[in-house]
Amino acid sequence: MNPTGETIIEVNNLVRRFGNRAVLDGISFNVHRGETLVIMGGSGCGKSTLLRHMIGSMKPTSGSVKLFGEEITEMKERELESVRLRFGMLFQSGALLASLTVGENVSLPLFQHTDKSADEIEQIVKKKLEIVGLTGFEDLKPDEISGGMKKRVGLSRALALNPELLFSDEPTSGLDPIMTAVVDQLTLNLTKGSHMTAVVVSHDMTSAFRIATRMIMLGQGSIVAEGTPDEIRNSSNPEVQQFIHGRADGPIPLNVSQEEHKDLQHVRPRPFLGGRFRFHHKHP
Amino acid sequence: MKNYLQLNLSVLYWIVVAPFRGQFFKIGPIFRQMVSIGVRAAPMVALTAFSIGVTLAMQAANSLRSMGAEMYVPDLVMLTLLRELGPVLIAVIVIGRSGSAVAAELGTMKVSEEIEALEVMAINPVQYLVVPRFIALLIMLPALTIFGNYIGILGGWAVCRFALDFNTAGYIIRAVESADTWDLYSGMIKSAVFAWIIITISCNAGLNVEGGAEGVGQATTAAVVQSLLAMLVTNAVLTSIFFFG
Repeated sequence: MNPTGETIIEVNNLVRRFGNRAVLDGISFNVHRGETLVIMGGSGCGKSTLLRHMIGSMKPTSGSVKLFGEEITEMKERELESVRLRFGMLFQSGALLASLTVGENVSLPLFQHTDKSADEIEQIVKKKLEIVGLTGFEDLKPDEISGGMKKRVGLSRALALNPELLFSDEPTSGLDPIMTAVVDQLTLNLTKGSHMTAVVVSHDMTSAFRIATRMIMLGQGSIVAEGTPDEIRNSSNPEVQQFIHGRADGPIPLNVSQEEHKDLQHVRPRPFLGGRFRFHHKHP
Repeated sequence: MKNYLQLNLSVLYWIVVAPFRGQFFKIGPIFRQMVSIGVRAAPMVALTAFSIGVTLAMQAANSLRSMGAEMYVPDLVMLTLLRELGPVLIAVIVIGRSGSAVAAELGTMKVSEEIEALEVMAINPVQYLVVPRFIALLIMLPALTIFGNYIGILGGWAVCRFALDFNTAGYIIRAVESADTWDLYSGMIKSAVFAWIIITISCNAGLNVEGGAEGVGQATTAAVVQSLLAMLVTNAVLTSIFFFG
């Protein structure tokens, strides 16, 4: 789909460094109303970091992120709240509050941000749970349901306030093929029918090609390829071909060296078993 | 330290300023927290206070007997409990029981992305998680202290009544005469200050957890140790202000 509507997300030359390593190194793209942008890329390529910058929970080293035309990188927490009311976010783990029931989790944003009565909220919660196939699960606690169900509850919570924009972090990992199709169909209905905009981070190529109107592939902190699903599928870039076909051999580097990876910098090889073996492991 | 001060300012904002801007804190969560961090600690508080009351009375009787001043046992039990041991020991119990629980709970929420999820839903974690706990403990710690004082005095009575030559009325009259209201109030002020220290340190430790289960464990330990130290030092300072000023 060609960009027709207004620009919902504008990311401009976004840079984020951890120490000397640039996890995001000059990323720019736009997302327009009604689009579904799928961000893909190998583990550790900066997908989740990019997503965290778009929802305002991380601040960039430099560059700008605009949501609905408003610059969010310089906003204070309180200003950010009004922007956050306009989008929903599905976390990879679901991120349900463990102390609340499924129903209370979904109703939380409604109780906090609307003046609806308890009865109205109950009806909305029922409807939101129904569309992800979880009718009658209101009174269970998150630890009583499976990982895939948690994710679906997370999705219905993200949709509780009927957001204009939905961010999903790996929405279909851990779901069975049928449920994956249901969630994909749901995303399609929302973007086509209600003109919602979606940004989806995904590894799941089947689902990605099913829902995307545009795709971005990240590699080593920058955009490797960008285009419609067809352009990506027919891309001549060997990295893209390796990724979408899931081949072990190809140009994408398998490992990040220790020097580059900030989190591992404090781990030094230590003698193990009298120094005959050297294990590079944090907990012997 | 910067985080800690920010948390304090933020809590004050949500309690003092926000209600005037139409964001009144909800009562339901405060009551739930009062039950879980306050009411459920009552049995432990009672047992501790009773033991301390009995111990104090026995030691006082031993020392005072040699001077023939056994009649002052109730005075000693009463004053020690109201001014010092009541607020301090009950704060110790609450730190061990509720401070650690709060740090572990918030820490677990932090590592499982729940806090981030709240922020993304435009729900302020300080308003939603810290304020109810703060108000709950600010009410419950003084309440538990009054309760503990009663039980401790009961412990003193048990020793005086059954092991020494006191009758019940005599014990009560001496105990009540020895203390004035300031002894009670100073203890109450102390326990309110302790409540502030305990809950802000514990919440701050929980909210700043990094690095999985190990981080939660470290935060819980830090919450208990820092709360204990801060509480004991503050107690010394407050005693010097109240009684040596």
